[in-house]
Amino acid sequence: MPLHNARLQRQTLYDTIFRNLTRVAAFGVLALLAAILGSLVMGSMPAIHAFGFGFLTNPEWDPVNDHFGALVPIVGTIVTSVIALIIAIPVSFGIALFLTELSPRVLRRPLGVAIELLAGIPSIIYGMWGLFIFAPLFADNVEPWLNQHIGTLPYIGPFFSGPPMGIGIMTASIILAIMVIPFISSVMRDVFEVVPTMIKESAYGLGSTTWEVMLSIVLPYTKVGVAGGIMLGLGRALGETMAVTFVIGNSHELGKSLLNPGNSISSALANEFTEAVGDLYTSSLIELGLILFFITFVVLSIARYMLHKLGQREGKVS
Amino acid sequence: MKAENNEKPRISVKNLNFFYGKTRALKDINLDIAEKKVTAFIGPSGCGKSTLLRTFNRMYQLYPNQTATGAIMLDGENILDKGQDLNKLRAKIGMVFQKPTPFPMSIYDNITFGVKLYESLSKNDMNERVEWALQKAALWTEVKDKMNQSGMSLSGGQQQRLCIARAIAVKPEVLLLDEPTSALDPISTAHIEKLIDELKEDFTIAIVTHNMQQAARVSDFTAYMYLGDLIEFGETSTVFTNPKRKETEDYITGRFG
Amino acid sequence: MIDLYSRRRNANRAGLTLSILAMSFGLFWLVWILWTLLVNGLPYLTSTVFIQMTPPPGSSGGLFNAVFGSLLMTVFGTLIGTPIGILAGTYLAEFGQRGWLAPVTRFINDILLSAPSIVIGLFVYEVYVVQVKHFSGWAGTLTLAIIVIPIVIRTTENMLRLVPGTLREAAAALGAPQWKVINYVTLKAARAGIITGVMLAIARISGETAPLLFTALNNQFWSDNMNKPMANLPVVIFQFAMSPYSDWQHLAWAGALLITFSVLALNILARILFRQSATTH
Repeated sequence: MPLHNARLQRQTLYDTIFRNLTRVAAFGVLALLAAILGSLVMGSMPAIHAFGFGFLTNPEWDPVNDHFGALVPIVGTIVTSVIALIIAIPVSFGIALFLTELSPRVLRRPLGVAIELLAGIPSIIYGMWGLFIFAPLFADNVEPWLNQHIGTLPYIGPFFSGPPMGIGIMTASIILAIMVIPFISSVMRDVFEVVPTMIKESAYGLGSTTWEVMLSIVLPYTKVGVAGGIMLGLGRALGETMAVTFVIGNSHELGKSLLNPGNSISSALANEFTEAVGDLYTSSLIELGLILFFITFVVLSIARYMLHKLGQREGKVS
Repeated sequence: MKAENNEKPRISVKNLNFFYGKTRALKDINLDIAEKKVTAFIGPSGCGKSTLLRTFNRMYQLYPNQTATGAIMLDGENILDKGQDLNKLRAKIGMVFQKPTPFPMSIYDNITFGVKLYESLSKNDMNERVEWALQKAALWTEVKDKMNQSGMSLSGGQQQRLCIARAIAVKPEVLLLDEPTSALDPISTAHIEKLIDELKEDFTIAIVTHNMQQAARVSDFTAYMYLGDLIEFGETSTVFTNPKRKETEDYITGRFG
Repeated sequence: MIDLYSRRRNANRAGLTLSILAMSFGLFWLVWILWTLLVNGLPYLTSTVFIQMTPPPGSSGGLFNAVFGSLLMTVFGTLIGTPIGILAGTYLAEFGQRGWLAPVTRFINDILLSAPSIVIGLFVYEVYVVQVKHFSGWAGTLTLAIIVIPIVIRTTENMLRLVPGTLREAAAALGAPQWKVINYVTLKAARAGIITGVMLAIARISGETAPLLFTALNNQFWSDNMNKPMANLPVVIFQFAMSPYSDWQHLAWAGALLITFSVLALNILARILFRQSATTH
């Protein structure tokens, strides 16, 4: 049994080197996050000094006089994302239900992949398609109808009245909804599949219908995971840039109507950053980026926490 | 516990305790494993027989929160010593697992993987070593024409013999078999039992099995374990025909377990 | 009784119908978008697109420099991001049982995975473009690499976790040191899955536009100098599509068709590859 001690020692050395190499790479991820945060904070310092917390509540965005406030893009980001979720959640639920319970077995995979491909289409394509194809159709066919029928109602009317231009908050929200559907539905599908067959069969055994099993067994069982998936979709919607930039209208005015053009943080960045002149202008844009990063960080943390919680319970059950 | 024999012990286990976190899984185990004999460990699931086997090459060390105390002597050294070089130790003690574990590489590379770790052989010597190991594992005739195929393309029984060949190619001193036939069909099982009988000419073998008939067929010594205790240990013929302890008798006659 | 039963049955029918409608709704957009791309892009996707450079407004040309720039930055971005991702993913799966680093890294990585890419563009602008005082292909590459890393980490860890523990034990039982166990056995067993992850990462960065706006910018001319602003397909599509010139818009549609079908093909190919390897094991 020829054992070479020198060789063994070398192996131990290689082990240490390799382990530390991987550790450095893992640590790099943390360093990366710290660096992103650090650079954004540094970059936004001039704006923070100049405007303080008023930056968050000031609706004015005036590059000529160097007065900047983030209210319009912040509101635009949140409103478009929330409307997108309102549309996307029921649709995603329907798709997940179809793929887990209704679809014929042979179609399950191709249909699932088709929905996931929606997430694969680059966001700039959504933007182009939205601007050239969807917005004109929306302006000609849907917005006049909204004006006439919903725009005249009390309370909610003002949100739906305005010039039918096709470009604005509503269009951006619809396109965002299409983009986040694959993310939410794939998480829902994954969590629906972890429901033990035995529990579902017990409910079916009592004479429940598929719809009842979904609503009263599967959904309560997976609600934490479903909520996590929705938050994940929200995180995506908040940060989406190109699709929104094409169709939101890039107007720094706070209109009441959803049919009016507006702005979002990411599209303000995409449109104005390379053309911004002056330190304060650039710095204000970077602070917008910092706010966006902060919001998505919080939302995504909640999403991960919820999905993790569901995963933990799974671990305990099995 | 000493088996009444005059065999030379290869491994001596002394006051061995084992813990998964705070749970004590082995309780004061004392036994000797005889050189160039087959020692079988039997007992119901969870009795600690696999745990015991995995202390011999400190496989437990791969996982956090698993600790062993006491001593396991091999060649005058305590295996459990902190300073013990694990890689060197494991090169001396080969192991075959419950399920076949072919590496994702060719049959030839599967065998040479372990050999290359500690020996620099010429191409010819290496070919000879591969043939020797495969001959020993009774697999040579079946695979000699497809050495470049993936190890995963073989049948379950062949894969397990490949793993045995891979373990003995390193020329270890001790061979640990952890339920080596539990995932195999009866014909492959028979192959491997015959193999164990031949291998003990060269190697000291410790085998864990849930199959009492298998223990009776292949082993020279048998240890019966229950809930982390070593209940009885002795020559296989004695343990099976004339057990000293009532618990052992209940287990081997099928009244329990 | 019968009344209740029929009401339940009707609720079920309504629910399931809505589910089928939801599915059709999802597919409807996919088909519509792809159809639009074919109708608007195919007539202009001629051989000149791949031969000529991007033209000045009002004249015809191609997308050669943009395609080249995109390929170059995608390749380098992948080459930089993949090894780092595999190393870190290996740490999470193989060394991460003890200590705080692995759980924290896993959490942060999951967040970076879905973080807005435009913020990453801002970051590279701040730490690189501002320092060297010009936009460049390298800045774009760096941005894409940062986007690749979390994707590769995630798939590497997931795929390594699928490798049965007994395989690691078997290699360790032969006396193999851990670096050999991981590099020659574990990573090799997870290879197909990791390649799939890398392909999906490539698909993802091929279409990235927003972060390149502040890093690689654009270049109307041929350039293979990674230290200069570099043309790339997504930004060219953005610029041309938003322009009032019909020649530019036509090229934007051709580029959009090209990029979408490449990305989707890559997506499908990755899935097929992964499935095949999953069935042969």
